[in-house]
This record gives sequence, structure tokens and C-alpha cells, in this order.
Amino acid sequence: MTGFQTLFRKELLRFWKVATQTLTAPIVTAMLYLLIFGHVLEEHVQVFPGVSYTAFLVPGLVMMSVLQNSFANSSSSLIQSKITGNLVFVLLAPLSHWEMFGAYVLAAMVRGLAVGAGVFFITVWFAKLSFVAPLWILLFALMGAAILGTMGLLAGIWAEKFDQLAAFQNFLIVPATFLAGVFYSVHSLPPFWLAVSHANPFFYMIDGFRYGFFGHSDVPPATSLLIVSVFFAVLAGIAVRLLKGGYKLRH
Amino acid sequence: MTAIHIDNVKKRYGSLQALGGISLKIGAGEFFGLLGPNGAGKTTLISIIAGLARADEGSVAIQGHDVVTDYRSARQCLGVVPQELVFDPFFTVRETLRMQSGYFGIRNNDAWIDEVMHHLDLTAKADSNMRSLSGGMKRRVLVAQALVHKPPVIMLDEPTAGVDVELRQTLWNFIGRLNREGHTVVLTTHYLEEAQALCSRIAMLKSGQVVALDSTAALIGRISGSQLVVKLSGGKLPSSLHALVSHPDELLAGEKYTLRVNHHDEVEGILATIRGSGVTLEDLQLHQADLEDVFMQVMGGDK
Repeated sequence: MTGFQTLFRKELLRFWKVATQTLTAPIVTAMLYLLIFGHVLEEHVQVFPGVSYTAFLVPGLVMMSVLQNSFANSSSSLIQSKITGNLVFVLLAPLSHWEMFGAYVLAAMVRGLAVGAGVFFITVWFAKLSFVAPLWILLFALMGAAILGTMGLLAGIWAEKFDQLAAFQNFLIVPATFLAGVFYSVHSLPPFWLAVSHANPFFYMIDGFRYGFFGHSDVPPATSLLIVSVFFAVLAGIAVRLLKGGYKLRH
Repeated sequence: MTAIHIDNVKKRYGSLQALGGISLKIGAGEFFGLLGPNGAGKTTLISIIAGLARADEGSVAIQGHDVVTDYRSARQCLGVVPQELVFDPFFTVRETLRMQSGYFGIRNNDAWIDEVMHHLDLTAKADSNMRSLSGGMKRRVLVAQALVHKPPVIMLDEPTAGVDVELRQTLWNFIGRLNREGHTVVLTTHYLEEAQALCSRIAMLKSGQVVALDSTAALIGRISGSQLVVKLSGGKLPSSLHALVSHPDELLAGEKYTLRVNHHDEVEGILATIRGSGVTLEDLQLHQADLEDVFMQVMGGDK
């Protein structure tokens, strides 16, 4: 257990020591989104009856921050260690694949949730929010962070260069997040794109998360939770297998 | 007891056969040298022993623990100083060493960390960030990191490449002490005089094969006797001495000759012969056979 705890602590310290970049910056970015989109669209869009657009936007922005920062933490930690070579210290140690998986993903979750909480506590002052089902909020936040932390781990294992990681992030993670209904309800989309959205696992994370606030969702939250849990189990299974086999880490 | 048991290890990278079936047994308490030119497979072999790479075939065990199936025990027994100068820029020297202890499951390791830092002259830098250290200091931290868990087997992959004399001496004093206390040490180096002075047994690798494996003394003993290098003027080497010339080219060039000498008392006779032929002896050097001669002979074997 000491090995796992040490790696987990190291991963926490890694982002904590550069908190301006890893915590403050994404919170400021999310605030800008809220101010700009809220200002422009407040008068024109009402997604759920009785819910202002700014209020609708807050959970989406919180979740987006959780997802992107969870991904950023594990992926950047791993690629940096790989490229600078200091991953060797972890690889030489008697850490099991489960310990490595747990430490990287949990630290990623902590960063994602910390940024998410920061965004929430700042943006909540700008909108009148309700909290219909707080447990769902927490559950979906945890699942979203775990999934993206795992995806970051996978991307970090797979990528050999920074640009490959950037491709993974810009062509997969960012579109999947934006198209999951952060800024809109997918019901406003034409039927074809609505169907496509339902194939995007990120959609269920945001939809379920938003349900916790408003009691409205496109898909029943229990269904979303099931889909999200299966998705996580599959990704975690792949990640643990790759770590066990040493894919791209032990040559 | 065998510290490291390497059994028919093969490794291929694409079309390159990096290791072509290496078998070695390194005994507990040995100071073992792994020598060979660049690309011979030394680092690949060390990586496989350390679990940083996987063998295509064969197996490796450290103190009886297989490095793949029983990797936790195997890695617990092993301290590795990697060849590359790697470090984590987020942390200080002490944080780095505490963390490395933690990875090996050791809490509250400060007494030993302080001792290791003391022996490697790192104490003054304990609270400096890794980024701010010179190359030599970073190298010392790498050595300290390999030792935090007091491993019975220590492997150093070219630890003195580009390192100043002072660190070399500090390092070898400390590693020598650990070896006398019973730690097994495996060393790769390009400094053959270093290997000759430190290692009790040596394996030479070439193109992924072990081409020589013996005690250092026996290896050097392979090259019988010494060499007498003479520089002459006013004539050529007397023909009665031609049989002693090691490099036939020198007979054609005719000025400097390298002569094989089995015993030192032969030198006097050779010099008398040269003097008797009326040639002037400009310079002479008596050269003891050393590991470098053996290395050159073994590596040049099939030129």
C-alpha cells in the first residue's frame, strides 16, 4: 500500500506545485465561457422550462472542467515522465499494475473534481440553481472524472510524442465533450445528430450530471449511470491490461 | 547463492537481434563487469534484468525471483542506476529520495537517506531542487535513488560516463564498501582500467553474444607477457628479432617496433642484440598487458 500511496501523493504534488496552471487557469477559462455565452444567449435560449440559460450552462461547464482536467492530469503526467525518462523510477519499483492504475486515475480525479468544484463555487453566484438530486450530481462527477482519468492514462501510455497526445485531446476529447451537450440540450439537434450524440458516452455523463441539478434530462439518469459505468469498466480493464503487459512502457 | 541468473535470454528489436541467447550466472557478493562496445547489448540486458524491457525468450531471476512472474520480490532485491541522466524537475533531492523509498514500500527512511547522501557528498544539496543541480550532482542522486531500499544487488549502467575524477572516487569508495559488506555489484563501463581495478569477474559482450567470460586476472593472463616498444634510428631491426614483432606492418615501416616479451629478463638480451647490430635506440617503453589489450583482442577477433 505504501507504494501506491507514494505514487498517488507524488501525482497530487505534481499538479499542486503548479496550481496556477493546473487549477486556477481552467477555472478562469470556465468563468469566461459562462460570462460570454451567458451574456449572449441568456435572452434567446431556454432549454428547460423555467431554467435560465446561464443556470443550464453551469452544470455543463462544471462537468466539462472535471472531464478535461482529469484527462489532462494523467495524460500529461505520463507523457512528461515518458519523454523526460523519469518514468523509469516508477517502472523500476515493485509497484503492481493495479497500484499504478489506482494512483494515476485517483490523482486525475482529484484534480478534475477540484477544478470542477472551483468552477461550481464561482459560477453558482451568477445563476439561480436548484439541486434536485445531489447524490446523482456527485455520482456522475465521480464517474466522469474516473473515465477521463483513465482515458488520460491510456492516451499517455499510447502517445510517444506531445503532438500525438495533443491529437488525442483535440480530435477526440474536446469534440466529444463539446458535442455532448455542454452548451445545449441534444434535443435541439436534427434527428441524425441526436442519434450521433447518443452514441457519445460523454453525453450520458453530462446529461446525468445535469439531472442532479434540474430533475430534467434527455435520458433517465439510471440508464445514463449504467452506460457510464460499463464504459468505465471497459476502459479500466484495457488500461490495467496494458499496464500489466507493459505496452509501450516496458519495451 | 546466485544473485542474478540469466538463462538463454534473446531479444530482437525489429530486424536487429539485440541479444542472441545470453546465459550468465552472477554470484552473490561478486563485483561483476559487463563490457562491450556500443550496441553490444549491455543496456538491453540490464533493462531486461531490471524489468524495463521484456525478453523474447529465456528468463532472468534475481536472488531466485523471476523478474516477470515474481517481479515484486525481484525488484525489491535490485537497485539500478540508469545510464541516462533522468530526474523529476518537480522535487528536491530529499523529496526525490523519500519518494523512491515510498515506491519500495519504505516509510521513515530518513536515517538511511542521510547516510547515503553523506557518502555521496549530497548533504549540502538535500533541499535543492533537482533542476538546479549540475550533471555530476544529478548522477549522485541517481546512485542514491538506486540505494534507498538497500538492495542486495546493485547494477550501474555506465555510472562514470562524463563524470569528474572526484565523483568517480567518491562513487567507487562507496560502492566498494557496499560490495565488501556483501552487496552484489554489476557494472557496465567503457573505462577499462576502472573495470580492471574493480571487477573480480568480467563478461564481454559483442553483437548480443557473450564472447568472453572469466575472472579479470584470468582474462588478462590470456595475453601472455608484456610488450616492449622500441624506436630505432640509423638502421632496421635485426632479423633475429623479427619473430617477436607483433604487428608485421611495423617491419615495413621500419622505425618503431612492438616486441612480445614473455619475461622481463628477455629485455636485456633484446637490447644487447639491437646495440650489437649498430642501430641507435632512440626510445623504449615496456608495456604491461592490461584489460584493454584483452578487450581489443576479443573484440577484433573476426575482423
